[in-house]
Amino acid sequence: MRYAMAIDVNKCVGCGDCVVACQTENNVPLGYSRDWIMEFVKGDYPDLFLHFESQRCNHCEDTPCVRTCPTGASHVEEGGIVKVTHNECIGCGACIEACPYDARYFHPDGYVDKCTFCDHRVKDGLDPACVSVCPTECMYFGDLDDPESKISKLLKERENYTILPEAGTKPQIYYLK
Amino acid sequence: MEKLLATDRNIDYLYPHVDVWGFPISSYLFLGGLAAGILLFAALYYLLGKEKDMPFTVKIGPLFAFPIIALGLFLLVFDLHHKLYVWQLFMTARAVSPMSWGAWTLVIVSFFSLLWPLSFIDSIDDYLIKRGWSKMTKVTEYLIKLEHKWLIPHFIIIMFRKYRKFLAFVMLIYSIILGIYTGILLSAFNAHPLWNNPILGPLFLTSGVSTGSAFVMWLSNNKKERLLMSAIDMSLIAIELFFIVHMFMGMEAGAEVYKQAAGLFLGGEFTAVFWGVFVGLGLILPFTLEALELRGFHIPIVVPALLILAGGLIFRIIMVQAGQMSEYPMFP
Repeated sequence: MRYAMAIDVNKCVGCGDCVVACQTENNVPLGYSRDWIMEFVKGDYPDLFLHFESQRCNHCEDTPCVRTCPTGASHVEEGGIVKVTHNECIGCGACIEACPYDARYFHPDGYVDKCTFCDHRVKDGLDPACVSVCPTECMYFGDLDDPESKISKLLKERENYTILPEAGTKPQIYYLK
Repeated sequence: MEKLLATDRNIDYLYPHVDVWGFPISSYLFLGGLAAGILLFAALYYLLGKEKDMPFTVKIGPLFAFPIIALGLFLLVFDLHHKLYVWQLFMTARAVSPMSWGAWTLVIVSFFSLLWPLSFIDSIDDYLIKRGWSKMTKVTEYLIKLEHKWLIPHFIIIMFRKYRKFLAFVMLIYSIILGIYTGILLSAFNAHPLWNNPILGPLFLTSGVSTGSAFVMWLSNNKKERLLMSAIDMSLIAIELFFIVHMFMGMEAGAEVYKQAAGLFLGGEFTAVFWGVFVGLGLILPFTLEALELRGFHIPIVVPALLILAGGLIFRIIMVQAGQMSEYPMFP
């Protein structure tokens, strides 16, 4: 099992629904968010266009955050989901320093918090909250080890990229061009 | 391509760059290096059989190591965001995590830094009298009595003395590990290209040992000891300069992110403070003063010593801050 997400950047309108859905579903404290949207202006005048990327923890295959965690609170679960055990975390900030995507933050209670791929929903066969609410249906979630899954087929068919592959983390959030 | 906004993400320590570690961490790195240097010299000169020639280095200096480590540990715990769970560090040992190595190393080093001066506790009077602080001996005598009575009975201290060679051997190894670890801690972060270079471990070790020698040279009351420490310190500064030059050479020969990281020091915003304050006032000036001292000029030893100590602290503050500013560009 290898969970991954694919996001069609051509369909994304940057509405921020995924951000709000995540905050609601996961009770994210005010002022924080586990996912966010980057907006870029691309192209040369007069052919300018907006480029949106819905970003979150990349649930990397090579996890610098898990490697640097001194207590083992940061760990990889089945399906490659990277999670933090709250009562093992000492809040040292090593994983925040280690993440090239800035996907982690200190929860006001002290421990480090991050995207969980909504594993409580995934366990029940549902999509993560961000994927399920997307009004343009630009996000896809699934198992890469299953060649028949929609995400496997999409990644085979369409050109895609990941963020900062040069950081050597093997990110598992794919963006469809 | 220009970034417009990142929806709903105004976490101040993540944007515009990660800023999670500040003064407590840089001071801890400094204190750890300093303690490592003090203990390294004590163990080394004891094993070399120079106990009588270098009384301060071997016997008195290490007295300061434990309080220094304790202060560093306090700062470390103070910096944690989930402080009550600090014991989780000692529920596991993770070979891939430098911080886990550090936690266990600190336990072992603080244990030895406590045992070592205890085995020499009776020599402290000698030092105080020679320094002209004989009034203090009453206090220490009282403390020693109190200690023998309540904390550590005398026969245990006699046992420490018996195994001093073993203590020295372990202390020598662990002080080196502690010194290197303060650098490795930073170099394990791939996300910060400035830190992510293998010279940082040896560089921090050399800098820590140099601050240790400055500390001994400052407080020692023995002229010979001071001059020897001064000479050692000069060679350490030379090695440090060599490492610094090679660190930037390596980065300049690296990928774009490493060039950008080096750029912070080569024309970027840390140029003046790094080369002027750290290299100029913290390395080259004390080196020159020490050289003059060895040539027979009279220079108050406190000047180069304090310059080196301050330089060591400033170096770590710069490296921690600049490292967090060197990141992979999210907005190409």
